[in-house]
Amino acid sequence: MLKLEKRPAPSRMWMALAPLLAVALTMITAGILFSFLGTNPFVAIRTIFWDPLFGEFAFYYRGQLLIKAGPLILIAIGLALGFRAGIWNIGAEGQYIVGAICGAAVGLAFYPSESVLIFPMMVLFGALGGWIWAMIPAILKTRFGTNEILVSLMLVYVAEAMLASASSGWLRNPDGQGFPGSRNFRDYAAGYNNFLVESAGIHWGVVAAFIAVIFAYILLTRHLLGFQIRLTGESPRAAKFGGVNPSILIVVCLGVSGALAGLAGLFEVSGPAGQISIDFNSGYGFTAIIVAFLGRLHPIGILMAGLLMALTYIGGEAAQGTLGLPAAAIQLLQGMLLFFLLAVDVFTNFRIRLGRMETA
Amino acid sequence: MDLSVINPLVLLASIMVASTPILLAAIGEMVVEKAGVLNLGVEGMMITGAVCGFVIAVQTSSPLLGFVAAAFGGAFLALLFGVLTQYLLSNQVATGLALTLFGLGLSSLIGQGYIGIKAPVTNDVFIPILADIPILGRILFQHDLMVYFSIGLVAAVWAVLKYSRVGLILRAVGENHDAAHALGYKVIRIRIFAIMFGGACAGLGGAYLSLVRVPQWTEGMTAGAGWIALAIVVFASWRPWRVLLGAYLFGGVTVLQLNLQAAGLALPVEYLSMSPYLITILVLVIMSAGRRRGALGAPAALGRIFHASN
Repeated sequence: MLKLEKRPAPSRMWMALAPLLAVALTMITAGILFSFLGTNPFVAIRTIFWDPLFGEFAFYYRGQLLIKAGPLILIAIGLALGFRAGIWNIGAEGQYIVGAICGAAVGLAFYPSESVLIFPMMVLFGALGGWIWAMIPAILKTRFGTNEILVSLMLVYVAEAMLASASSGWLRNPDGQGFPGSRNFRDYAAGYNNFLVESAGIHWGVVAAFIAVIFAYILLTRHLLGFQIRLTGESPRAAKFGGVNPSILIVVCLGVSGALAGLAGLFEVSGPAGQISIDFNSGYGFTAIIVAFLGRLHPIGILMAGLLMALTYIGGEAAQGTLGLPAAAIQLLQGMLLFFLLAVDVFTNFRIRLGRMETA
Repeated sequence: MDLSVINPLVLLASIMVASTPILLAAIGEMVVEKAGVLNLGVEGMMITGAVCGFVIAVQTSSPLLGFVAAAFGGAFLALLFGVLTQYLLSNQVATGLALTLFGLGLSSLIGQGYIGIKAPVTNDVFIPILADIPILGRILFQHDLMVYFSIGLVAAVWAVLKYSRVGLILRAVGENHDAAHALGYKVIRIRIFAIMFGGACAGLGGAYLSLVRVPQWTEGMTAGAGWIALAIVVFASWRPWRVLLGAYLFGGVTVLQLNLQAAGLALPVEYLSMSPYLITILVLVIMSAGRRRGALGAPAALGRIFHASN
C-alpha cells in the first residue's frame, strides 16, 4: 500500500527536479501521441526541442526564441507575484490586449510625428492600460469581495471584443483600403519597437523582461513587500497577525501584473506583430500561466521556463512546416506540461511510504 | 433600428435553447462544489464534450450517441482533475486552469477534420396536448429532449441533495471533510464521483452547443460559457433552482443581444457581444457585495485539500 506522508518542509531537491521530470514525462507522452498521429516521435521531439537550438537553421530560430520568450516572461513574472500570495489573476490576456490597444492608440494619435518622445509615451500608456484593466478585478475584490478569478477572466472576453472593434473600427488604417487592422508600426519609425540586436531578437520588450526578472528577484528576496507576499501565500493567518494588509497586497499584485502584461502587449504590437489586428494576441496571456508555474513562481525559474515555452512555440511551428504536425498538438503539449508538473509536485510536499496502513 | 424584426415568441422560445448548455455545466459544477471541490476546468471539459459529441454524432449520425460520448469525454477529463487534486493533492485552482488549457488543445486536435461539417439534426419533441397550447406551447413545449433533460436534472439534483442520504453525505463532505472522514465516509472516493458527475454534465453542455445550438464544430466555440457557468454557481448561492434561474437569465441576455444585433441597434456589434460578460461581472458584484463568504452559502471546505493524516 502506498502512503503519502507530509514533509515538514517542501523538499528543495524535488522543487528543482519536478519541472525537469515533468518535461521528460511530457516528451514521452507527446511522443506516443505523435506516433498515433503518424509522425515519427523521435524526429518530432528533435524538431521541436533540439533543432531550433542546434540544428541547421538554428541561426534563424535562436533569434525567434527571445522574441517569443520576452512577452511570456514579462507576463509570468507579474502573475507569479500574485500566485505566490494566492491572488489569482488569470486575465492577463485581457490586460495584454488592453495595454496594446492603449499604447498603440496613443502612438497612432500622433501619426506621422517624428518626436523621440512617442515611443516612451506609448510604453507608458501600454502599462497604464494593462494596469487599469487589472484594477477592475482588484477594486471589485477589495470593495465587494468579488472573485478575482472570474472577473479577470470575463474581462478577457470584453477585451477581445474591444480589440475587434478597434481593429475594424476606430483604429483601422485610414489608408488601408478598408482592410481591418491599424497602421503598421514598421512604417512609423517614431512608434516602432525596433530590434536592438536583430540577430538575437532583442527588442525593448526583451530588455524589459530581463529587468522585470531582476526586480522581481530583489523584491521577493530583499524587500518587505516581497516577504509579505510570500508570507500571505504560505500562511494567510500568520500574515494577518503580522499586520499584512490584504487589500493593499491585492491592489499591488494585480496592478503590477496588469501593468507588466500591458507592457508586453505594447511591445508586441509595436514590434513583432506590427499592428493592431484582430488576432495579434497569440494567447501569450494564458501560456504565461504555464510559464509561471513551470518556473516555480520564482523569477529565475520563470526566465528558464519562458525560454523553454518559447522553444515549444518555435519548434512547434517548425514541426508544422516540415512534419505537418497540427498546431493544436503543440497547444496540447503545453497543457500537458502543466498537468505533469502539478502531478509530480506531490513529491515536493509529500514523501511516499511503502507499507501497511497503521491504525492509530 | 427596427425592433419589429424581433419576434417576441421566437425570442422567448430560443431562450431555453440558449440557456441549456450553461445550465447543464452549472448544475454539474454545483454538485462538485457541494462536495467541497472547486473545479475551474469547466471550460475545458465543456469544449472536450463539444468535440467528442460532435465527432461521434457525425460518425454514427446519431445525436444520442454523441451526447453519451460527450458525457464520457467530459467525465474522463474530470477524472484527470480528480486524480491530480484528490490523490496527488495538487492545488485545485492551478489544476483547474491546467484542465482548461489542456482541454482547449485536446479539442482542437480531435476536431481538426470536422470543421465546416454539419451535425446530424436533433429532432424537436412536440409534447402532445401541451405543445398545442397557443403561446406557451411554442415557448415551452416544442424543444429537443436535452432541454427537458436538463430541467429534469436540476430537479433530480435538488431532490437528491435535499432529501436523500447520498445528498446528505455529499454535503457533509463538502462542509467538513475531516468530520465526514471521522464518521467513516470515503471522502476522496465521494469527491471523485462528484467530480466525474460534474465533468459529464459539462460535457453534455458542450455537446449541446456543438450539436443543437450552433450546430457545428469550431475551435474554441464555448467562448467562456464554462466560466459563465462557474459564475452562475456563485450567483445561485449553491442552490439548484437558482442555478436554473441564473442560467435562463444569462440565456435571455445572450438571446436578446443577438436579436438586437440582428435588428441593427445603433451600437457596434462588438459592444453588444460584450454584454453577457459584463452582466456576469455585475451580477457577481451584486451577489458578493456586503456579504461574507459564509452568508453566500459556499460549502465550508470548498477548495481545501483533504489529506487524512493517520
